[in-house]
Amino acid sequence: MAFEPKIIGFLCNWCSYTGADLAGVSRIKSAPNVRVIRTMCSGRVDPAFILKAFQLGADGVIVMGCHLGDCHYQEGNYKTIRRIPFLKRLVAGFGIDPRRLRLEWVSASEGDRFAKVVNEMTEEIRALGPLKLSVHQEAEQAAVHA
Amino acid sequence: MVTINIDGKPVEVLEDTTILKAAEKAGVWIPTMCHSEYFEPYGVCRLCSVEVVRGKRSRIVTACNFPVRGGMNVLTNSERVKWLRKVIMELTLSRWPNVRVVREMAERLGVAEPRFKSLERDEAENACILCGMCVNMCNEVVKAGVLGFAHTGIKREVVLPFDERSDQCIVCGSCAHVCPTGHIKMILEDYRGKRSEFTLGPKTPIYVPTLQAVPRVPVIDTESCIHFQTDGCETCAKACEPNAIDFGMKDEIVDIEVGQVLLATGFDLFDAGAMAQYGYGRLDNVYSSLEFESILNSTGPTGGKIVMKNGKEPRAVGIIHCIGSRDTNHHPYCSRVCCMYALKFAHLVKDRTSAAIYQFYIDMRAFGKGYEEFYNRLLDEGITMIRGKAAEVVEGKWSGEGEPSLKIRCEDTLIGKFREIPVDMVVLCNAIEPRTDSDVIRRLFSVSKSPDGFFLERHPKLDPTSTATDGVFIAGCAQGPKDIPDTVAQASSAAARILSLISKGEVEIEPVRAMVQEEYCSGCKICNNLCPYGAIEFLQESKVSHVNEALCKGCGTCVAACPSSAMTGHGFTDAQILAELDGLMV
Repeated sequence: MAFEPKIIGFLCNWCSYTGADLAGVSRIKSAPNVRVIRTMCSGRVDPAFILKAFQLGADGVIVMGCHLGDCHYQEGNYKTIRRIPFLKRLVAGFGIDPRRLRLEWVSASEGDRFAKVVNEMTEEIRALGPLKLSVHQEAEQAAVHA
Repeated sequence: MVTINIDGKPVEVLEDTTILKAAEKAGVWIPTMCHSEYFEPYGVCRLCSVEVVRGKRSRIVTACNFPVRGGMNVLTNSERVKWLRKVIMELTLSRWPNVRVVREMAERLGVAEPRFKSLERDEAENACILCGMCVNMCNEVVKAGVLGFAHTGIKREVVLPFDERSDQCIVCGSCAHVCPTGHIKMILEDYRGKRSEFTLGPKTPIYVPTLQAVPRVPVIDTESCIHFQTDGCETCAKACEPNAIDFGMKDEIVDIEVGQVLLATGFDLFDAGAMAQYGYGRLDNVYSSLEFESILNSTGPTGGKIVMKNGKEPRAVGIIHCIGSRDTNHHPYCSRVCCMYALKFAHLVKDRTSAAIYQFYIDMRAFGKGYEEFYNRLLDEGITMIRGKAAEVVEGKWSGEGEPSLKIRCEDTLIGKFREIPVDMVVLCNAIEPRTDSDVIRRLFSVSKSPDGFFLERHPKLDPTSTATDGVFIAGCAQGPKDIPDTVAQASSAAARILSLISKGEVEIEPVRAMVQEEYCSGCKICNNLCPYGAIEFLQESKVSHVNEALCKGCGTCVAACPSSAMTGHGFTDAQILAELDGLMV
C-alpha cells in the first residue's frame, strides 16, 4: 500500500478553521491527510502538543493561524511566530526533519489557500517518507517479538 | 433716531449713519465708484459729493463717510453738486476713456466728452482706476495687507510689496472679486483649493457638503478659509443673521460607550486614472460615473444640463461599463450596480438631449425586480448597445472634419468587427472598491475581509450581516457591492439583530476562559505579560497569578506558555487536546 502521511493540523478557530470550512463549503478538493484539531488561537498551541504528535506517530504537523495583524486576539499569532522557529531547531535535534513542522497563515476567506497549503504539505511529507523515530522502532520491535 | 431731509424727503435714521446709507433708505441714488459694503468708507472717488445745508450755510461733503445729524438738509441734485460731479467725471473719463464702469457712470451723469486732456491717458478697457477697493479689501477684510498704493499724483498705482510676488498673499481672490474693471485677474483657475467631492465646480471655503447632508448645515474648510489664514474676513459671520457661525469650533474626539457596532463605512470609487487608455483626467469630457451623476443633478455645476466643457450639448455620449471591475488587472468581482445606473444615465441623456447614446458592455446584468423590464424599455427608446469592452478613448475628429472630439475604439463581439465610434462625451462606470482605510477599521473591530477586500460576514448565506466578532455587524457596500434595495434590506436586518440583543438585555458569551490552578502556580509571571487583554494579575499575597474572567477572551496563549501547566483553558485543556491527538492517530 502506498504511503499516506498522517499530518496533524492545529487550526485557529477564527481564521484557519473557518477557512478550512470555507474550502469545504466551496467544494475545493484537498488532500485528506491533515487531521484537524481546533484551538481558539494559534497561540494556544503548546509546543508539547507538537512533540507529542510526532511521538504518537504523526509524519508532519502544520499550525495555521490568522495573518499577522488579523489575530482575533490581537497578537496571539505573534507568540506563535516566535515559538515555531525555536521548535524547528528543537525537533531537528530529535532527528526530525524541520520540514515536517510548518507554520502557515490562512484567513477565513482563503479556502483555496487552505487547500493549496494542505496539498503542498502532504506532497512534501510524502516525498520525505514516514517518520521513523527510535520510539517508533522500539515499539515495532516489541510488537514483532511479542 | 434723527430725522433729516434728503432732497426734501424726510427720512428717519439712527444718528451717525452716513448720508449715503440714509439716502439709500430714502430711495435717493447717489453715484459712487469706490464704495463697498465690505469695508469702511474710503472717500477717494469724490463722486458721492452732496451739499449739506444748515441754516444759511451750505457745504460740500462726501456722502459715503459723512455722519448725519438731526435736522440736516441734504441736496443730492443741486446745481453746485451737478457741476462738481461733472468735473470729477470729466477728469476720470479723460484718463480712463475705455473702462466700462467709467463710461457707464459718465453716461448716467450725462457727461459725453471731457473738456480735459490727461497726460496719463490709459486706453485699456480693464485699466486700474485707482478706486482702492482691492487695497481696502486686502487690508480691512482679508487682513493680509499685501496690496498698497505707491507714488502720488498721476504716478499713483496699486502694487505688491517691492513690486514682487508676495508670500504674504494667500491667493484668496478677494481683490479680483471686488475689482470693478477686471484689472486684477486670478491666473490660477482653481485658486479656491480643492474641488468638491460631489460637484465638479470649485467649492467655497464655507459650503454645505451635500444637499442630503444631515444635519444640513454648512461647514468651513479651514485650509482655504481666509479667516483661518489671516484672522480677517468673517464676511459669512457678518452676513449670518442668527449669528450661527463660530470660528472657535474645533474637531473633537468624543468617547461613546456602546455595546454593539454596525460597520457601514461604504465604498470608494475606483480611480479610472489607473486605466490610462480611457483618458480619464487626461482628456476633456471624460467623466467618472459619480461626476456625471452630479452633472445630471439639478443642483449640480450645470444645473442639470448635459453639456460639454465648451457649453455645447454633446452630439453623442458613450457609456463604458466595467471600468476596474470584472478585470483581472484590477478587481475580478462585478460591481453589480453599474449596469443599471448606466441604463439610467442613458435614459436621462435621451430625455434631456438629442444625443446618440452608445453603451459598451461585457454582459448586461439586470438582476433585480423590474430591472429587466427597464432594460427592455431602454432598448425601445433607441440606445445603441455594443457588446464588447471599449479598448480605448482617443481624441479624433468626426468623419475627419469639424471640431476635435473623442472616439471610442472597441471590438463589437456580436458582429465580430473592430469599430470606432465618434462621441463628444464619455462616461466611465467605475468599480466599487473597499475604502482605502478599511483595513484599519477592520483590525479595530477584529473583522476579517474576503479576498476582494470587503468586510467578511459570518456566513455568506445564513448570516450575512454579522461578523466573527460578537456585537459587530456590517451592512451595505462595506460588505460588498450592492444596490440601494439590498443595502436597505441588509441594514434593516442588522438593526433588527442589534435591537433584539438590546431588548434581551443580556448577552451570552463563550464559556471558553483560562483559569489558574493555584496549587501548581509557581508565580513565575510569564503569563502576565502575554495576555493582550491584561486579564492576568499577580496576587502579591499568595504569590500566584490570577485570571480576571470578565476580561479573559479565552485565546489560550497563556495556557500554552505556562511552564508548570498551572494554567488551564476551559474547553481546550491540555488533556482534552492530547485526547483528541490520541484519537486522530488511530
